[in-house]
Amino acid sequence: MKIVRSMVLVSGDPVSLHRGADTLLNRFQNRLAELDLSNEISISTFSDVGRHDALPMVVVYPEAVVYGPVSLQDVDLIIDEHLYKGRVVQSLLAPPKELSGKIAWIHARKGTLPAEQRIVLQRVGIIDPTDIEDYIIHDGYEALTKVITEMSPMDVINELRKSGLRGRGGAGFPTGVKWGFVAKAPGKQKYVICNADESEPGTFKDRMILEGDPHSIIEAMCIAGYAVGASEGYIYIRGEYALAKERIVNAIKQAKEMGFLGSNILGSDFGFEIHVHSGAGAYICGEETALIESIEGNRGEPRPRPPYPTTHGLWGKPTLVNNVETLANVPPIIRNDSGWYTQFGTPSSPGTKVYTILGNVNVTGLIEVPMGITLREVISIYGGGMKAGSDFKLAQTGGSSGSIIPAALQDTPMDFDSYAKAGVSLGSGALLICNNEICVVDLSKVLINFFRKESCGKCNPCRIGNQRAYQILTNISEGVGQISDLDNLKLLSNNLYEMSNCGLGQTAGTPIRDILTHFRAEIEAHILLKVCPVGVCPMSGKAYYA
Amino acid sequence: MTDTKVTNILPIVQATIERHGPSKEELVPILSDINRSLGYLPKEALEEVSRLLKIPKSHVLSVASFYYMFSTKPTGKHIIKVCESAPCHVSNAFAVIRAIEEELGLPPNSTSQDEKWTFITTSCLGVCGVGPVMIIDDDIYGNVEPSQVPSILSKYQ
Repeated sequence: MKIVRSMVLVSGDPVSLHRGADTLLNRFQNRLAELDLSNEISISTFSDVGRHDALPMVVVYPEAVVYGPVSLQDVDLIIDEHLYKGRVVQSLLAPPKELSGKIAWIHARKGTLPAEQRIVLQRVGIIDPTDIEDYIIHDGYEALTKVITEMSPMDVINELRKSGLRGRGGAGFPTGVKWGFVAKAPGKQKYVICNADESEPGTFKDRMILEGDPHSIIEAMCIAGYAVGASEGYIYIRGEYALAKERIVNAIKQAKEMGFLGSNILGSDFGFEIHVHSGAGAYICGEETALIESIEGNRGEPRPRPPYPTTHGLWGKPTLVNNVETLANVPPIIRNDSGWYTQFGTPSSPGTKVYTILGNVNVTGLIEVPMGITLREVISIYGGGMKAGSDFKLAQTGGSSGSIIPAALQDTPMDFDSYAKAGVSLGSGALLICNNEICVVDLSKVLINFFRKESCGKCNPCRIGNQRAYQILTNISEGVGQISDLDNLKLLSNNLYEMSNCGLGQTAGTPIRDILTHFRAEIEAHILLKVCPVGVCPMSGKAYYA
Repeated sequence: MTDTKVTNILPIVQATIERHGPSKEELVPILSDINRSLGYLPKEALEEVSRLLKIPKSHVLSVASFYYMFSTKPTGKHIIKVCESAPCHVSNAFAVIRAIEEELGLPPNSTSQDEKWTFITTSCLGVCGVGPVMIIDDDIYGNVEPSQVPSILSKYQ
């Protein structure tokens, strides 16, 4: 597998392009390909450098060195000296006065590597997802073979524990610990469930894995079954993902024919079966106990926890529920060992994270980068900068229930602990980037509308609280809000958090809490001045009565 | 719904249950398939499911009314879904919703009188990279501009 050691960024703003930045980029690409370094050194552009004389600039990570102005002749020198021999080319360094302003953040990123590093997406788009042989050629089922022939169930769990892998569904619970709970739970019949009910708005990473590399999930589930002592597994795929389901069903059939699934896998006495279960459109079914209810043929209403599924899950039996992306990390960890895995990311959140980039940036899409990249790097390097010269206003991480990140937190490393320390959450990896044309009242109205509709209705704080919050926000957007509404919103958000039964209700108030913290003045303008500063809200004076 | 389909309700339900097996675990997949074949879940179908699976009618109805991909009311010939979640919203999905409303003279979450269209706004459809997203039957349209709406709709007869 390719492991990136350095990253080269060429400035891509209009002035740099005018001065030939794209020929620099080409020169880097061609030269590195000639030297056979393309697998180790990643090349990209970055946007929004601000006003500078020293353009075009070239930034080299992990040293976070800024060169500029760089001419075409300088490229070879940077490659030979810096990238080959590891010596910074002092003569080409940008003058210190050029390092302030919009690129000042680069210096603080010394020692980090924001380059794409594909672990769970390594085969996506490269192999034919309908062909098991293509998967096997690309190291497929090697981890399963290793597990069955060389490792005890306890070895597998210990390796996962050592890898530090944490659940990628949003909560970030240590995966090895969860596997250990299920393995220790008493009872002969246990289940493994792959949670592929990805419905968090803005998240489609699991769909890409299921559609692009379905066998990796089959392999991971088999390993999980072996480790926790389960002989049956379920993949719960959201109803809208027809192609993903088709690919998984096909992969299961092929894996059975080749002896990677079924009884006596690889000639051992371990057997494992996988059933595919489709959802029918309900966001709440991504909550693990609601998902279990749905498989059992019920309304997808979450159960009270504890007891947790690890002891009382599907049909009351110990059940391991893991997200698709979490499972996709398992075969590479087993194949390469935990030490290999911990070299990526940060010490407390090892590995990579798949992010979906959405909203008002020039390039939307999917990236897999080490844990600890910052939002500013994501926007500047992968999002191609903000759209049409607009300014960054806020980002929402992790779908509707995620945190609202104001500009002040753009430089916080995105890993579980750094985000928790800053009082925000990483969530499922959706990054909704909003520019200054987005009104926070309008945005939170849309977010709360989502919860109002998707609440399962089982418990009052969520069913009534979201409806009430929606009414208040609608009133504010119509110009008939009152200043006491702000306290009521705060109270509702607290009540949702403290009194809801499941994660949906508990996190539904997060966006409200965050906009009250970071954008209070903008909401007050709606109420006191009867003005929507961005000009989005109707402010028509119609109160909401519903 | 056309009459030929209504008379076929029971055979379709029975065939679906036979395919999945008459167990409660299969309730959601069974209802999905029936909804797909008939366009919605008529009362007769729910009663037949209840009888064959030996589970109370109230339970079958409670499940049928829970999931948004099921409909207990007849739907139009074509179903238009437009995502109204935040990622599409910030990419101007509201203008697309307006454009459809104007083109068809049909407010969101309703079915046209001639039963040609059912127009609903939904939560995230998982195609967020190309928002705003519109799905008509099984066809996905991404990066939809309001001005494209008339020509897209005219493809459906």
